[in-house]
This record gives sequence, structure tokens and C-alpha cells, in this order.
Amino acid sequence: MLKEPKGPRPRKVIAPGRIMLYTALAFAALYYALPLYVMLVTSLKGMPEIRMGNIFAPPMEVTFAPWIKAWDSACTGLYCEGLKVGFWNSVKITVPSVIASIAIASINGYALVNWRFKGSEVFFGILIFGSFIPYQVMLYPLVIITREMGIFGSLWAVIFIHTIFGMPLLTLIFRNYFAALPQELFKAARVDGSGFWGIYWKVLLPMSTPIFVVAVILQVTGIWNDFLFGIVFAGVKNFPMTVQLNNIVNTTMGVKEYNVNMAATILTASVPLVIYFLSGRYFVRGIAAGAVKG
Amino acid sequence: MSAGQPKVFWLRNFPAKIAAIPMILTSLVVFIGCSIWTVVYSFTSSRSLPTTDFVGFQQYERLFGSSRWNIAVENIAIYGVFTIVFALTIGFILAAFLDQKIRFESVFRTIYLYPYAMSFIVTGVVWQWVLNPTLGIQETVRQLGFENFEFDLISNRDTVIYAILIAGVWQITGFAMVLLLAGLRAVDNQIWKASRVDGIPAWKTYIQVVIPMMRGVFVTALVIVASGIVKLYDLVVAMTNGGPGNASDVPARYVYSWLFERANLGQAMAASTMMLITVLIILIPWFYMEYGRKNKN
Repeated sequence: MLKEPKGPRPRKVIAPGRIMLYTALAFAALYYALPLYVMLVTSLKGMPEIRMGNIFAPPMEVTFAPWIKAWDSACTGLYCEGLKVGFWNSVKITVPSVIASIAIASINGYALVNWRFKGSEVFFGILIFGSFIPYQVMLYPLVIITREMGIFGSLWAVIFIHTIFGMPLLTLIFRNYFAALPQELFKAARVDGSGFWGIYWKVLLPMSTPIFVVAVILQVTGIWNDFLFGIVFAGVKNFPMTVQLNNIVNTTMGVKEYNVNMAATILTASVPLVIYFLSGRYFVRGIAAGAVKG
Repeated sequence: MSAGQPKVFWLRNFPAKIAAIPMILTSLVVFIGCSIWTVVYSFTSSRSLPTTDFVGFQQYERLFGSSRWNIAVENIAIYGVFTIVFALTIGFILAAFLDQKIRFESVFRTIYLYPYAMSFIVTGVVWQWVLNPTLGIQETVRQLGFENFEFDLISNRDTVIYAILIAGVWQITGFAMVLLLAGLRAVDNQIWKASRVDGIPAWKTYIQVVIPMMRGVFVTALVIVASGIVKLYDLVVAMTNGGPGNASDVPARYVYSWLFERANLGQAMAASTMMLITVLIILIPWFYMEYGRKNKN
């Protein structure tokens, strides 16, 4: 015979401490989410409604006109072709920069772990140290270098610069990941007669998909969000989306159209945000991987 | 190792050396070479083109005498100290809260961290709008009935840097939180059990045991946040473009404007050398500590 407890099931009592905890977390979440909310509602309002002055009020009349204008015909001071120009420029900058920087950094990491040579750790140390040097210190010499190479003011120059400045963090991430892989596989492949490139392609790459995903996320968001290198090295024709957004919002000409500005802001932020919301765990992993120096 | 190794030393491990050429060039030419170039030319009178007309510390004298530079340094000091304090304390408090077996933890974490995924330009533009004195928060609160409500940081010379600070802290706190949360999770559970047995309140355990144990994580977060602070540029450009006047100028923007707008390379180089020295002052003790710790192990 089963002895069952009698009476109604006891209610779980939520401790007052828990309630306070959740309230605090919810308030913090509200604070962090509010700017995104304000961006969204402002971009859906007409200008007369915005001038009434409540930034938190939802739109009384939803309009998508600001979005269309931001994408297609917003003025940057010089011309009025909208953000789409910057969007495609950013794509043209980001895709090759991500590929080049990851290719080079993964090979660096591989050489640093499996094919050490005299001084390789020294170069790596300089690389890590260099990642902390403010860009302003190296900016002008790099202008001279790219000018001498004949690529200053072109897409090639920005891609080149992104590859250089992506190298420290990415090399670190790949080095740490490869170092944690079982070295027996590498030795077995060497015994089988595989060389430097053979092992890289046939042994290392197939095992390293997760870290490549982390690196791609890190680089796409980082390069998409760059402003300084775009404005210095890309040339007016190739300005990325961030530069164009800044020009649209901070142009001194004409009446300020806050709804168009906010639509343009969301459009610029959308690529990294979509990546972030889709890849959450990998994004966090990228932060953690980048923070473990040494 | 094997008999097939070439006798000449640089031929050994040859493909690896070829593959490492980009890394070698980047570390030697860009990080060391370009930095030295900048330091050397900070002692010249270079204007729109670099010249080797050395003038000693003249550029530095001019730099330290410039009110614009002094404002920029003061701004970055205010921004830096408050960003570090707020990002690390708020980040830690949020991390400690999230570490209490919270339901929907990942939802909260996603919300706290999303600003970090956005660019400083986007952050600056959004906060410029939220803090807009005629249509932003100030006006909204006034319409609720508080007609004397004052929250006009951004167009006031004395407070504009705090407007930038609000935006910067909003952007970076999630990052600090993620790092510190990882650090909290690495703390041994036995410590919590032991402190519970001894009846020590949780807050005391945090302050006296857990935080000292997380020193390494705190230092890492501090170094990364601090090196980002020195680079502060985009946020200021997007939010105020240094205004009103030059009241919200920062060193990185000072350098940029002498480089590309006012054509005085020598002055720009002197300013960037000062930025470099600041970073070295932060970094060298840290590297020393890391290195010293590894030696002990």
C-alpha cells in the first residue's frame, strides 16, 4: 500500500528576495532595451508626430516612408542616394576582409602551435602587445604604406588594414584552439608523410568548424561596425555604411528628419544585430575566447 | 629531428616560415615600425608632409599649452575613470544576479549584451536622439507634468562628456558582465557550500572571498575596457562631433583632426605619442604581472 501525503499540494512560496532579484533584472533589461525601442518607434512615426515630443509613445500612425527614404534617397551632404550605397560598400569591404583575415590568422595559429620556429613566440608576443596600441599611432605611417603600394583610397586598402588589425585577436583565438586539439593526430599525419599544408587542409580544418564560426562572427560584426579605417582608407566612393550613417545624421544641411535618421540607424545596426541574435552562444564564446590572453 | 632536415637554419621548417610572413611583417613593420616612425616624427616640424627637420620638444610644448588638448585629456580621464567604475560594478552586479539560477537567464543576457554588438556610430546616434534637449527624454518627462525637469547634458559644455559617458557605459557593460559571469561560474561550488555552513551572508562571501578570487578576470576586463577607452573616437564623432565647440574633444579626435583636417603632422604625432605612452603605462605592469605569474607556476 502506497502511503501518499494527504491534503492539497503545498504551494511554492516565492521568497521576497527572489521577487526583488527579478524586479532588478527586469528594470536593467528595460534600460538596455529602451534605446532600441525608441529607435524603432521613432522610425515608424511621421515628422509632425515626432515634433509633439514623446519619444517613448508608440506611433499613432505607422509609416514606412522614413525607411524607404533612408534606404533609397537620404542625403549625405554630397549626394542623395540613400544608405544602399553604403550597405553594398560595407558588403564589399566585409566579405573579403573576413576571408583574408581568417585565412591568415588561422595559418598563423597553426604555425605557432605545430610548426614553431625560432622567434615565432616573439612575433606573437609583439602581435598581442600591438593590439593594444591605439590606431592613431599607426594611422599615418599606414597611409604612407598604402599610398606607396598604390592602393590608398580603394577597397583594397581597407581590406588590407582590416586584415592587419584583425590579426592579433584572431591569431590568439586560433592558437589557443589548435593547442587544445590532441597532438597525436598531428604526429600521426606527419608519420604518414603529410606536410605543412596537407595537415592544415586534411586534419586541422575538418576539426575546427566551431572556432571558424566564432571567428567569422567576431570579424563580420567588428568590420561592419568599423568607422575609422573606412573613413581614412576607403576613399569617398567606397565609404562603408557607418560612415554614411554618420554623414546622413550629422549633415548640417536641411531640416533634421529624425525618423529617417532612426530608420537609417536600424538599417546600419541590422546586420550585426541579426548575427548577434541568431548566434548568441557563439558570440559570447568569441568574447570569452578573446579575453583569455596568453 | 628527422634526417631530412636541411642543414641551413632558415630552410628548416620552411613552409611554416613562409606562412608566417604576414605575421612577421605585421608585428615588425606595422606595430613596431609604424609606432617608432610616429615617435620620431613627433620631434619634427612636419606640416602637411613629413620632413626630417628636427625641432626637439617644440611640438610637445605646443601640445601641453593647447587648451583643446587639455580639454581632450580631461575628458578622456573623466570618461575613463567613470566607464571603468560603472562597467565593472554594474557588470559584476548583473553577473552576480544572473548567477542565482535565474529563469530566462539567456533572455536577460541577450538584452544586456546586444548594445555591444552595435557600432559606436549607431550607439552615438541613438543616444544623441534620446538625449536631444528639445524632443528627447527631457521633453517627454516635462510633458508628464514635471515642467521644470532638466536633463540637458548634451548641449552644455560642462556636462557633454557625461552624455557620452552614458552612451559608452550602456554599450560596454554587457561585455564586462559576460566576462565576469564566466569568472563567477569558474568559482568552486565548495566555497559557496562552506560559507553557507558557516552561516556567512552571501554578500559577505562575494566581497571577502569570491571577488578576491576573481582578480584575474577583473584585471583582464579592466585591461580590455581601458584599452578601448584610449581608442575612443567614433562615439564622440557620432554623438557630438566634439561639440559644443571643442568641449567634448578626446585625444583620438585631436590626432585625427591634426592629421587629416589641419595638416600638422608633427602636432598629430606628438599627441599620438602621448596616447602611446598612456597605453604603455597601463600595459607594462599588466604584462609584467602575467609574466611573473607564469614564472611562478
